[in-house]
Amino acid sequence: MSAVHPQLRARRRKAALRNLAFLSPWIIGFSVFFAYPLVSTVYFSFMHYNGFDAPTWSGGKNWSYVFRDYPLFWPALRNTLWLVVVMVTLRVVFGLGIGLLITKIKTGAGLFRTAFYLPYLAPPVAATMAFVFLLNPGTGPVNHILGGIGIPAPGWFTDPHWSKPALTVLALWGIGDLMVIFMAALLDVPKEQYEAAELDGAGAWHRFRYVTLPNISPIVTFAVVTGVIQTMQYYTQPLVAGKVASGIIGNSGQQFEPGYPDRSTLTLPQLVYNLGFQRFDYGSACVVALVLFVLAMAFTALLMRRRSGFLGED
Amino acid sequence: MTHATLTRGESAPATAAGPAGRARRTARRRAALQWIAVHALGLAAAAFFVLPFVFVLLTALMSDNQTLTRDLWPHPFVWSNFRTVWDTPGFLTWWRNTLVYAVAGTALTVVSSLPVAYALAKFRFRGRNLVMVLVISTMMLPPQVVIIPMYLFWTKQLGMDGTLWPLIIPMAFGDAFTIFLLRQFLLTVPREYTEAARVDGCGELRTLLTVVVPMIRPAIAAVALFQFFYCWNDYFGPQIYASSNPGAWTLSYGLESFRGAHHTDWNLTMAATVLVMAPVILVFFFAQKAFIEGVTLTGVKG
Repeated sequence: MSAVHPQLRARRRKAALRNLAFLSPWIIGFSVFFAYPLVSTVYFSFMHYNGFDAPTWSGGKNWSYVFRDYPLFWPALRNTLWLVVVMVTLRVVFGLGIGLLITKIKTGAGLFRTAFYLPYLAPPVAATMAFVFLLNPGTGPVNHILGGIGIPAPGWFTDPHWSKPALTVLALWGIGDLMVIFMAALLDVPKEQYEAAELDGAGAWHRFRYVTLPNISPIVTFAVVTGVIQTMQYYTQPLVAGKVASGIIGNSGQQFEPGYPDRSTLTLPQLVYNLGFQRFDYGSACVVALVLFVLAMAFTALLMRRRSGFLGED
Repeated sequence: MTHATLTRGESAPATAAGPAGRARRTARRRAALQWIAVHALGLAAAAFFVLPFVFVLLTALMSDNQTLTRDLWPHPFVWSNFRTVWDTPGFLTWWRNTLVYAVAGTALTVVSSLPVAYALAKFRFRGRNLVMVLVISTMMLPPQVVIIPMYLFWTKQLGMDGTLWPLIIPMAFGDAFTIFLLRQFLLTVPREYTEAARVDGCGELRTLLTVVVPMIRPAIAAVALFQFFYCWNDYFGPQIYASSNPGAWTLSYGLESFRGAHHTDWNLTMAATVLVMAPVILVFFFAQKAFIEGVTLTGVKG
């Protein structure tokens, strides 16, 4: 007995060291690039700091400034809510529709799939600039075509009522990721269930409602929750769309107020940039960063609760 | 099941006794109609997905004056637009920077994430689930959450303002999404293979490199592609760290200033857009399978 013990302990210590060695890149990365800056963000949210003078304690001033006096905060939050309700819903419905369509297509399936998937790969800055051009009210081809067939053409990225719908069109264009995920899920639905339903005399809608949907509902949940999380991170497209549509010249323009037109394309991540890197109010920027953190974490917790398999016990 | 058989039993005599040929014809006609409907819808959808590319390409080939007209077909074709963009001061530098960022970032991410993913998939230790929760949580967080302290750290303490190093260096310390995806894939590697290697006297690192890596090549290709695309498309990172120094800009970041320099020259702007999109699309055509497998893995496995 006593002879086994030291040996066992030595082996355990070796295993622990091995685990530590394999995990070390992540441990360092997590500490230095996440844990430390997160604590630091909380600290700065209570400090007055402009990057030049030493930080001074300001209590809850940054917090009350962001929630009460910062004019961009509530518009950004309202836009986020709009995007969650409209853009995420439409993306899931459209993604499922395109996924269904691609599983039904028999002739040229590979070609169709590539065509549907390709826009997802377009770099966001390039895709956004392309769409601002395509949907340009005066000169863009889309409005030329709409005008040609007598449909009143909206102002898209230049009209505060149409800028979010225009961003939604752009988001639907890049549906490729959801399409592939839904396609894989749809192909996994057991064929026998369809056959059984058909023999029961179920029509197309009933088969979809009572066979397809129950089978793919975990993937629908996954798509909704990740869609919400992506909306929290929505940055490049609304920023570039606002900048290009407003005609702001160049990258150096630090004075550019994000959200053109009329704050309608503001999102929370843009506020961190606006407060921190345009107004040099690092303290208030950290407040918005923490709001973003809490929102993203809440939905991530939901995702992990709903899909415990995400963690995966092997 | 019994219900289904019953139904079939009841309806069978009707078709057998009646005009069977007509029933078969109706079924065939319905199948044909469905084929037409599905493919018509498919073509309409394809138009939505493909036409923006076509319009962008056509505009990139137009003359300056034509972009503002109703005419959608370029005449004459101004192929030299691409040349003009290519020769714009800075464009080549942005290309080089983007390539360095994407290649170095991808290599570092894969090499540093693989052992972590392997440990999370194959070793048993206390706190493993906690690590998984933390990995998934960080994967879901926007980069803006910790950007203020990170920016102060890289620029004020290390003086790296105006370079891409603050974006490349962290990739040597594992990326949450890559770790997550590789782990999901590693879970599917049967334990017998690693056990066998261990019996043969292989250390864990040798097992990983000589036995496991060859088995999960598709997954490695997929995560490498994802990371490459992430770097190529990154706008926020270069905006924060490189904006003060045009010599360090990337394509995604420089593209927008390109529009600034050329005012309303939509033709040149679209030509530049094509040149930024093209490499990504080319890479996709060469690695389509790995990529689609990877996307599927994010949603379906686990």
